[in-house]
Amino acid sequence: MNRIERLFAQKPHNVLSIYCTAGFPHLDDTISVLQALEHSGADIVEIGIPFSDPVADGQTIQQSGGVALHNGMTLDILFQQLRGVRDSSHANVQIPLVLMGYINPILQFGVRKFCQCCAEVGVDGVIVPDLPVELYEREYLSAFQEYGVCNILLVTPQTSDERIKRIDTVSKGFLYAVSSAGTTGNVLSMDAEREAYFTRLAALKLQNPVMIGFGIADKTSFDDACRFANGAIIGSAFIKAIGKSQNLPSDIRHFISSIKN
Amino acid sequence: MITATSQNFNVSDLGYYGQFGGAYIPEMLYPNVEHLRSVYLDIIAEPSFQEEFYSLLRDYVGRPTPLYYAKRLSDFYKTKIYLKREDLNHTGAHKINNTIGQILLAKRLGKTRIIAETGAGQHGVATATACALMGLECVVYMGAVDIERQKPNVERMQMLGAKVVPAMSGSQTLKDATNEAMRDWITNPTDTHYIIGSVVGPHPYPDMVTRFQSVISEEIIAQLREKEGCEAPDYVLACVGGGSNAAGAFYHFLDNNDVQLIAVEAGGKGVNTGFSAATTALGKPGVLHGSMTYLMQTQDGQVVEPFSISAGLDYPGIGPIHAHLFASGRARFESITDDEAMIAGKFLSRTEGIIPALETAHALAYLEKLGAKQHEIVVVNLSGRGDKDLQTYIEGAQERPHH
Repeated sequence: MNRIERLFAQKPHNVLSIYCTAGFPHLDDTISVLQALEHSGADIVEIGIPFSDPVADGQTIQQSGGVALHNGMTLDILFQQLRGVRDSSHANVQIPLVLMGYINPILQFGVRKFCQCCAEVGVDGVIVPDLPVELYEREYLSAFQEYGVCNILLVTPQTSDERIKRIDTVSKGFLYAVSSAGTTGNVLSMDAEREAYFTRLAALKLQNPVMIGFGIADKTSFDDACRFANGAIIGSAFIKAIGKSQNLPSDIRHFISSIKN
Repeated sequence: MITATSQNFNVSDLGYYGQFGGAYIPEMLYPNVEHLRSVYLDIIAEPSFQEEFYSLLRDYVGRPTPLYYAKRLSDFYKTKIYLKREDLNHTGAHKINNTIGQILLAKRLGKTRIIAETGAGQHGVATATACALMGLECVVYMGAVDIERQKPNVERMQMLGAKVVPAMSGSQTLKDATNEAMRDWITNPTDTHYIIGSVVGPHPYPDMVTRFQSVISEEIIAQLREKEGCEAPDYVLACVGGGSNAAGAFYHFLDNNDVQLIAVEAGGKGVNTGFSAATTALGKPGVLHGSMTYLMQTQDGQVVEPFSISAGLDYPGIGPIHAHLFASGRARFESITDDEAMIAGKFLSRTEGIIPALETAHALAYLEKLGAKQHEIVVVNLSGRGDKDLQTYIEGAQERPHH
């Protein structure tokens, strides 16, 4: 059982996952952001690998990725930063960590080497938004399996029931349910259509826990999403909250407590 | 015919040309792209589609475009040069062949809103035109830098009723306009069809656009038969940004190894200056905009900002069909600098009375280096006219040196 599976076994409800961009706001902030998130009560952290052309992202995450690239962030540097992240004598971060990034930087790094590095540093799962399930199964699944890294796949309101079930059988760790049509950073409005989609997902009795992402920005949207799923993911709102931070631990604590309390 | 298939260079069932292509798309786009993939071949094979497509090409676009024997140019280069006059199409470039095809497809898919990306604005104008013709809403994404350097086309799109939205991210050129169009499609998945303007994007776009553009080489064959009594030239030259005009001009010659296919990329200020868009010279395999292809990128997989004086060639990738033609050696890829293209554009204007688009001028500039023999037949795909580039031509003071 890996850390993600253990988490959902212990805590099936109200799981809070936070997305941060690696190397943002400053190159060397990655580890301190992870530590502050764990101490503040986040359950999972998704670490974004910056990419020059993030087509599924809205402006906030695009800009944070641009800053991170300008700061010099690369996959090599990210794995260097993450070395020792699990050591109790070092960074001592114990919550599940997931890397989220577009396929091209991972391809250039080498998919097998990427999975190996994930396993070595203690990254539990990976989300690659532009890698559809067919391509993943055909070309990359074996590398992920070999190193025991979870590949977490996305479903959307437009995904058919049949396809959701198929994606559920391949996805590991959890299923990432995109809340509505759109890129990251739009605000979720809980309407009848949204409720029908979340209810449909719940009725499918999927094998994976479901986390809702895109448009979750505050306590209200987080609580709304948690009524229908095991938890929810906050990205753009968190990036905005720390973008100009002078005191990361304190600002992160305030942000997380605004969601949880 | 747009339903014809090549023996050796046809796309596979999974959307690949050799190792290139595929559909690397976010799940948000899957239903649209998959639906398109499952119906596009059947729709374009329908007699009613063919009838509508070819009659619009004839009566509205003005096809067939002439295959013009350029006598003065031929005398100068001491070979036989034919210009395939895509510049004489309605809207002034080959782009409309594809937008007519895709708009008919979009209508059959029940879509009511059309989006497009554009670099030089030729595809944007062609899309806005097709939308006006069919009464569909049209939004065109265009890099903020390109909006500045291609103003006449921006005004044409607006005149035609399209909304032009500036892409403000990255280098604010074609790649960024494509990113914005994809984000729009992700946000509006049900009512919107995305008319990609080149042979790029996820499968089935590269194949679909290639088919619609293949009317170019289909006509070249018939016209050569009439003018020269042969069915194939010795060389076909075309410029390549994403590569739609080249794909169309090459298509029916792909299986005929006697025809040398030459794709001319934008060298910018020079291939090794850091200001270039010569993708095959500078790139390596990677994924951008949904397909595996040659891509200008850093060692870390970040896409490198390309550079070319010509907005239509200012793209860091090439269509996967071209990646395969390059990797397999079936086509030769060359590059031409900004300065060489400017000189060639002015030279054609003075020699033949045809002002070519700056994109096309890259293909023309390669005539200088081709070294074709006297009896050989060279077809240059004159992909677009240069009205939109007058300002750039006038500002560049270079004249063609005398031989």
